[in-house]
Amino acid sequence: MNFATRALLELQETTLMAARAARGIFKRPRYIPETIAQMDAIGVGSLTIIILTGFFTGGVLTVQTFPTLKTYGAQSQTGYLVAISLVRELGPVLCALMVTGRVGSAISAELGSMVVSQQIDAMRALGTDPIRKLVAPRLIALLISLPLLTVLADVLGIFGGWVTATALYSVSSSVFIMSVRDGITTDDLVGGLVKPIVFSLIIGTVACRQGLSTEGGTVGVGRSTTRAVVTASIIVIIADYFLAKALQVILGTT
Amino acid sequence: MSSTAIHTSSSQGDNAVSDNAAESTFHEVDDQDRAIPAIEFRNVVLSFDDRAVLNNLSFKVMKGETKIILGGSGGGKSTIIKLVLGLLKPDSGQVLVDGEDVTNYDEGQMMGVRKKIGMVFQEGALFDSLSVYDNVAYRLHEQAVPEEEVEPEVRRMLRFVNLEDAIDKMPAELSGGMRRRVGIARALIGDPKIVLFDEPTAGLDPPTARTICELAMKLRDLEDVSSIFVTHEMNNLDYICSEYAVVDDEGKVIFEREGARLCLINSKVMMMRQGDIIFSGTDERLRKAEDPYIQKFLRGH
Repeated sequence: MNFATRALLELQETTLMAARAARGIFKRPRYIPETIAQMDAIGVGSLTIIILTGFFTGGVLTVQTFPTLKTYGAQSQTGYLVAISLVRELGPVLCALMVTGRVGSAISAELGSMVVSQQIDAMRALGTDPIRKLVAPRLIALLISLPLLTVLADVLGIFGGWVTATALYSVSSSVFIMSVRDGITTDDLVGGLVKPIVFSLIIGTVACRQGLSTEGGTVGVGRSTTRAVVTASIIVIIADYFLAKALQVILGTT
Repeated sequence: MSSTAIHTSSSQGDNAVSDNAAESTFHEVDDQDRAIPAIEFRNVVLSFDDRAVLNNLSFKVMKGETKIILGGSGGGKSTIIKLVLGLLKPDSGQVLVDGEDVTNYDEGQMMGVRKKIGMVFQEGALFDSLSVYDNVAYRLHEQAVPEEEVEPEVRRMLRFVNLEDAIDKMPAELSGGMRRRVGIARALIGDPKIVLFDEPTAGLDPPTARTICELAMKLRDLEDVSSIFVTHEMNNLDYICSEYAVVDDEGKVIFEREGARLCLINSKVMMMRQGDIIFSGTDERLRKAEDPYIQKFLRGH
């Protein structure tokens, strides 16, 4: 099979899996405890890395842009620039990439090990659909957690920018906050939340699919984990481009 | 049964005697339900990519029978078990469970069939994130059985495999043999009438392997379970085909060798080689078979 056929086949299988997981959500038994446990692992577990990523990204944005803005005498607009870059782009994308690295790899490795140790077969033999028991809770948990994590990263990024601007470049606090308020529009916030929702579906479906299609023992687990992280990251970045353009068209901000 | 029927009805007059006796005999001999095989394969063909795994395979496992499937690695033994459970689908042919054709069942319909079947995996395949208790209780938890009914069942099953003290352990803390036994307890919860063993003794020391075989014999002789026992170890065959479990006067389960009393051990042997059945019958006939491959398999050289 050549690359294009393989990619199409993979897309088909991933979509079918996601559709089955979505249908399973509305049937009994519902796996609510599993979903909550996943939200704890995915959402609460990623707090530290998201806090650190957000804070320092906001900080470095100030560090890099303040000198340029100063050249044009526009240093009062630092908050504007930091806020817009974070809410529109860096918040959603960096969050998605961090979560792919931390959660996508974990999902894929866990499901992959369950495949090679026959636990998935055992689950089916005991009358449970692994898609409903394992995939659906992870997808839902990601769908809820990633937008929340993104909001957190945005807020902490702006805070990081504010700390840097006031402490290093002696921008007055009120000027920074005013320019942040001027900068962010409702459209930015909507876009900033639509993106993580789409990204969470990408990360979840790719990681689950790669994990469940693991073959070839422990080596296979490593392979599928790598593939999950690489594929999900690339699709996130590509999807981001198209989403940005689509959102501009839909919200009429071109 | 039939003799008691005659006895009790004899006081009611001659006509009643003959009627009742005829009825009860008829009932004994032609029990429709027992005549339906627990598992039946009809001309099953399966191949992975271009490699043929099963060539036109047909066999039956009757109610209460233990079918031992022997054969070297890669001979398609474990594939048979996966086909029964619907984890794999045949390219052509039919798979019947309890007389029901499950070949074209989708995953949802298959779930109903799987409720009747217990499966013991090669390495146990325990869920490592769950304790022994939760592993064994898995099926009941999934069916949302109330916890006060789950616990006695779990304890009963763990007693059956002699592992009641391990109830709170995690699978990682167990030895290989203990994991297999927990796997058996998990498969037996809900009292399935069909149990599938996929090389349950592979890689175990002889006494532990013997314990696993004893469990299989107990299921066959005391619980009327039909089973498929996939193995490549000859001592499994010796145990299962020449011994049987009985309850002695003190209510303890003991194992007796065939011949001490007249008995018919309900076990058949089937030998596989590269996707074909090369032998099917009793263990005595297997030992007399002249096929060089079988002789080599029996002797080990």
